[in-house]
Amino acid sequence: MSKQKISNWGGYPVVESEIIKMNHPGTFSGKRGDTIARGLGRSYGDSSLAETIVDVTGIDRFLAFDDETGVLRCEAGVSFATILEFFVPKGWFLPVTPGTKFITVGGAIASDVHGKNHHKEVCFGNWVSEMKILLASGETVLCSPTEKSDLFYATIGGMGLTGIILEAEFALKKIETSFIKQEALPAENLDTVMRLFDESKEFTYSVAWIDCLAKGKNLGKSILFRGEHANLIDIKDTPFANTPLFYHNKGMLGVPFNFPSGSLNSLTIKLFNGFYYMMNKMKGSGITHLDPFFYPLDAIANWNRIYGKKGFLQYQFVLPLSNSRDGMREVLQAIAVEGRGSFLAVLKLFGKQESMISFPQEGYTLALDFPIMPGLLKFLTKLDEIVLKHGGRFYFTKDSRLDPDTFKKGYPRLAEFLEIKKKYDPDGVFSSRQSKRLELT
Amino acid sequence: MKNCLIIGAGSDVAKALAVEFAKEGFNLQLAGRNVEDIGKTAADLQIRYGIKVETLYLDVLKFDTHPDFFNNLNPKPEVVVAAAGLLGDQKVTERDQSATLRVINTNFTGIVSLLNEFANYFENQGSGSIIGISSVAGDRGRMKNYIYGAAKAGFTAYLSGLRQRLSRKGVEVLSVQPGFINTKMLQGVETPKPLTAEPEQVAKMIYNGFRSKKHVIYTPGYWRVIMFIVRSIPERIFVKLDL
Ligand SMILES: Cc1cc2nc3c(=O)[nH]c(=O)nc-3n(C[C@H](O)[C@H](O)[C@H](O)COP(=O)(O)OP(=O)(O)OC[C@H]3O[C@@H](n4cnc5c(N)ncnc54)[C@H](O)[C@@H]3O)c2cc1C
Ligand SMILES: NC(=O)c1ccc[n+]([C@@H]2O[C@H](COP(=O)([O-])OP(=O)(O)OC[C@H]3O[C@@H](n4cnc5c(N)ncnc54)[C@H](OP(=O)(O)O)[C@@H]3O)[C@@H](O)[C@H]2O)c1
Repeated sequence: MSKQKISNWGGYPVVESEIIKMNHPGTFSGKRGDTIARGLGRSYGDSSLAETIVDVTGIDRFLAFDDETGVLRCEAGVSFATILEFFVPKGWFLPVTPGTKFITVGGAIASDVHGKNHHKEVCFGNWVSEMKILLASGETVLCSPTEKSDLFYATIGGMGLTGIILEAEFALKKIETSFIKQEALPAENLDTVMRLFDESKEFTYSVAWIDCLAKGKNLGKSILFRGEHANLIDIKDTPFANTPLFYHNKGMLGVPFNFPSGSLNSLTIKLFNGFYYMMNKMKGSGITHLDPFFYPLDAIANWNRIYGKKGFLQYQFVLPLSNSRDGMREVLQAIAVEGRGSFLAVLKLFGKQESMISFPQEGYTLALDFPIMPGLLKFLTKLDEIVLKHGGRFYFTKDSRLDPDTFKKGYPRLAEFLEIKKKYDPDGVFSSRQSKRLELT
Repeated sequence: MKNCLIIGAGSDVAKALAVEFAKEGFNLQLAGRNVEDIGKTAADLQIRYGIKVETLYLDVLKFDTHPDFFNNLNPKPEVVVAAAGLLGDQKVTERDQSATLRVINTNFTGIVSLLNEFANYFENQGSGSIIGISSVAGDRGRMKNYIYGAAKAGFTAYLSGLRQRLSRKGVEVLSVQPGFINTKMLQGVETPKPLTAEPEQVAKMIYNGFRSKKHVIYTPGYWRVIMFIVRSIPERIFVKLDL
């Protein structure tokens, strides 16, 4: 087998790996200590990179659907885009979705992804009732909250380290239309946006975009978007009244090549953020299709390439609720002072979540993008300190640079997770570049 | 609603072709050995396209079961696709009689035994379509895979004769001559990337060939040219080549 260069969404790091395409569930021959499953590579860093990568996207069949309860069973390589394409027209939507639909069901479970409804509906894993997993021994097992529950809960958020998810069963959510009633509320600073989040707790969806370059009394200037699925009655006077479940996988506007590194300097970001702020301030409320509401970036395929060849880093952390205000302020100040604006800065209030190894916990989370430039790593280390000082933690699926200690501090149940991994993978077949870097395997 | 039967439905090309037929509203009968896996494909197509899909056990090598397999089919399909095939290991087939027979019987004798049933039925009825997936390997025997190639050559000749017999009776026969396809058949075999097609691409070509009532298609079309050249090489030169 020949090796291939490969990287995930951030374009960094790039590794040379042997890629095994899993076409037939149950066939796999990984190398000890260096094998990891990979979905659509929408994690940003090295979570799904290893010497041997098992590409699971080829197993992508729907296996059963109950149109009474909405419970869907499918193979792990099925993408969210495919689920939407076939189920939105039938009146069903994903229970939880991240900001891109180009991820697999396996990836959604392994990262235990969250969406704009975390405060009400938790993570994707919360909706999973059963999984079929291929273990390191080659054995295929079923697990659920009642059967091999240790494996089940360690696999949710377990970043592929317990085995390869082959199948999963989870509930879809009934919708009357494919439209969203959206409100966009401008907030002049951090206090206002946090107040808006509090006031929006009853909304199913909420998220805010922050202008990271705003300083002083405007620190944390942002727009909060909140929304609900529109019912038939909400769209009866719109042009969509006769096509309430309209869904179309339209062709995307691609970014065909890498921009020169540095094309995204702080001026561009300023313009972009300013423009976005303006646009949405004017837009206010209205009915919008679920695609632009949930996946604004998917409309531009390969938008990650605007960061140029060197790629970029995502940085996402969550702070406990009690420290969120002070912590966020400190982080935003540090960013504004540096003038190292992030193209995208997304703020969200998480609800409560009990989990072993999943990222979310009650409090505010901030996700930032930084183009890779000299001095960035040093700057991020400074942010790490602020986050740790406030008792925060980091998201595996976005990380490609943290050191083991910084990472581990945020996850009190890590030891328990590693015990279960050891039980189901005693020889340590599964590990990623990330799990090695973080000294988990 | 028309029915399409696929023989060897576990094949990667067959799976992709099933999607093409399903999209056009055909009901499907998926036949093969690995009924558990085929059952999953059936569930998927049912959920996606809202068509009826039946899973049937069939082993091409079990000749004596073929008449019953045909008789039990209900309804009888309007279209039959023969996708089952076995490449085998050339080096092994050179020395092991049972391996040789397995390759020949899977690609040729077994398929012929099955297709004869449908040919007669379609002839009587005055309608129907047969799609046979052969291979460019049958266009000229090469030392790398001539047992497989010989079986496919036999199958290609069979389809050609069948077409001549049935085309005057309102029955269509399509011969498909694929080049390299990125399927499990070629797992572990190194093939030139630019000449290796994806099963989905080949499936679309087969469906279009069927729709436009073609007789013989190469998938992709450039294989017609490649094989014309390969066939034109004089034998005294050919014997020295490592092609
Ligand atoms: C534009 C954009 C927006 C995003 N927004 C959000 C967001 O709002 N919320 C959020 O939570 N995430 C978000 N993400 C991150 C993304 O949802 C996750 O990284 C997700 O896990 C990617 O899934 P994937 O199929 O691409 O998996 P990959 O990136 O290929 O892999 C991710 C992890 O899943 C594991 N894995 C994949 N398949 C399997 C399997 N079958 N069995 C076992 N393990 C497996 C891998 O080993 C790896 O550890 C976003 C990403 C992008 C690019
Ligand atoms: N791949 C190529 O490069 C290529 C090139 C030219 C032609 N072709 C031809 O294309 C067709 C499809 O092949 P593919 O590429 O899709 O390969 P494939 O995925 O390996 O499919 C071959 C299928 O044939 C089935 N089969 C073998 N013996 C059988 C038997 N005795 N009874 C029932 N089914 C049997 C196999 O079933 P099991 O799952 O039970 O094993 C398998 O599903 C074949 O006829 C092949 O010869 C392929």
